[in-house]
Amino acid sequence: MSVQDELKSVPPAKLFIDGVTKDFTTRSGTLRALDHVSFQINEGDFVCLVGPSGCGKSTLLNIIAGLELPDSGLTLMNGKPVTKPGRDRMVMFQEPALFPWLDVMGNVLFGLRLKPNLNKKECCEVAQFYLRLVGLEEFAHSNIHELSGGMKQRVALARSLAPNPRVLLMDEPFAALDALTREQLYGDIQRIWAERAKTIVFVTHNVREAACLGNRVILFSPHPGRVREEFQIDLPRPRDINSVELAKYASRITRALRGYVDAPDAELGAE
Amino acid sequence: MKRLFSSTLFFIVLILIWHFLVLAKVKSPVLLPDPVSVWEYLRTAILDGSLFDATLVTIRRLLSGYGIGILLGIPVGMLTARFRFMEDTVGVIALGLQTLPSVCWVPLALVWFGQTEGAMLFVVVMGSLWSIIISTDNGIRNVPPIFARAARTMGAKQFYTWTRVILPASAPFVVTGMKQGWAFAWRSLMAAEIFVTILTGFGLGQLLEYGRDLHSMDQVIGVMLAIVLIGLLVDKLLFSPIEHFLHRRWGTGRT
Ligand SMILES: Nc1ncnc2c1ncn2[C@@H]1O[C@H](COP(=O)(O)OP(=O)(O)OP(=O)(O)O)[C@@H](O)[C@H]1O
Ligand SMILES: [Mg+2]
Repeated sequence: MSVQDELKSVPPAKLFIDGVTKDFTTRSGTLRALDHVSFQINEGDFVCLVGPSGCGKSTLLNIIAGLELPDSGLTLMNGKPVTKPGRDRMVMFQEPALFPWLDVMGNVLFGLRLKPNLNKKECCEVAQFYLRLVGLEEFAHSNIHELSGGMKQRVALARSLAPNPRVLLMDEPFAALDALTREQLYGDIQRIWAERAKTIVFVTHNVREAACLGNRVILFSPHPGRVREEFQIDLPRPRDINSVELAKYASRITRALRGYVDAPDAELGAE
Repeated sequence: MKRLFSSTLFFIVLILIWHFLVLAKVKSPVLLPDPVSVWEYLRTAILDGSLFDATLVTIRRLLSGYGIGILLGIPVGMLTARFRFMEDTVGVIALGLQTLPSVCWVPLALVWFGQTEGAMLFVVVMGSLWSIIISTDNGIRNVPPIFARAARTMGAKQFYTWTRVILPASAPFVVTGMKQGWAFAWRSLMAAEIFVTILTGFGLGQLLEYGRDLHSMDQVIGVMLAIVLIGLLVDKLLFSPIEHFLHRRWGTGRT
């Protein structure tokens, strides 16, 4: 298999989340993190999951990734049940998960090395391609701790794109960044989504961010985590997070969210 | 350069103080020899090769014992971190024996192995093994679980995750443990060499003990200096580069 074939866009996948329920048992009792959550994500969709802290967004993402199993219900990807992690679904985690013992290149290579059909040289070429895609080719041999927060997230993005997944699962990837860096990354992620044709599930509690990125925004409410409402965002791309139309969508979503939880404004990312 | 200078100056001052203490006759010159006579001893011992031979014997014993300690300690530490059963059995033994001063192994070694190289090896392995197990175990428990999860999403299987993620992630702890293990191995070997007199090899510890038998304090202090110097050298040449590399990669410590 050649590098060219490897770099071709793979067709994005369809996800079907069917009655997913997940309980966590802790010392203080059993907590229902997800309660019969069902929705469908089409091929190449960009779906944002929004909800206040603790409504089970990360849990749902882990279940789609196959890192955790639901107590009942199931996730289907292209009709097949998800039972374990796979390279066709890559995750960008909420916590920093880059490997500090590897340099930038080594991190991007990690997933590629596990692909059976690529030799060393091809792996490097592919990794370089993705580093270029996120604009970090000059930092290939930097150590992780030498990068800024935004650059780290770019490396994490390149690392999850490198195995060429059909689905990209992103868990509040930009939450810890400043507004300016974040805006840059909104541009990048929209561009990459258009270029690489991926199904993206993007978790955030920032309503504006959701309206800026998603085709669809799915609203969750906590205790127990449930799907409440869905919004279709029909705005042309690339979108500017500061535009007036976008603000209208955002305020509609925020209002809906307030109806389900009495959360303080800060929690809803009304900034 | 400046650091080298201040360091050198410090040691010159230290030797001068020693010299003046001797001149002031704080102790009888038989008990506290002059730096010059210690230097004389070291010079002759280096020239006639006796110091070099003893060092070689000691280093050979140390490396084989320490090597076994690492080869056993790291995998066993991984097992105790991974399996509850191993933690409750071998882990408890390691925790207990780690606190045992290594010289305490000498009587047992003498009874079991007699005055042999086997006794030496036994003491060195027992001296270093437990602390290597404990720190490997500790290092692995300190690896954030997110690393293993990330590796799994990228398609890593159990074995690959252990060798390529968990082990490197715990490297800073494991290296600290190896360093500690080295110090313990060094100590236990000296104890063993002082107490176990054998004919198959004449190590630094035996040279030291021999100096005491001869009441030649310049030899005793000279050999002690040699032991300290070897310890320092190993630290600077073996562990410092590794630690330096880890600090650079992880972005910890001074740069
Ligand atoms: N491993 C676990 N053990 C016990 N409870 C858990 C565990 N993981 C999550 N929970 C609980 O499940 C609920 C949902 O957690 P989750 O992390 O999915 O929330 P979230 O929507 O991602 O929140 P945030 O926006 O703060 O990241 C929370 O109430 C949390 O306390
Ligand atoms: Mg979360």
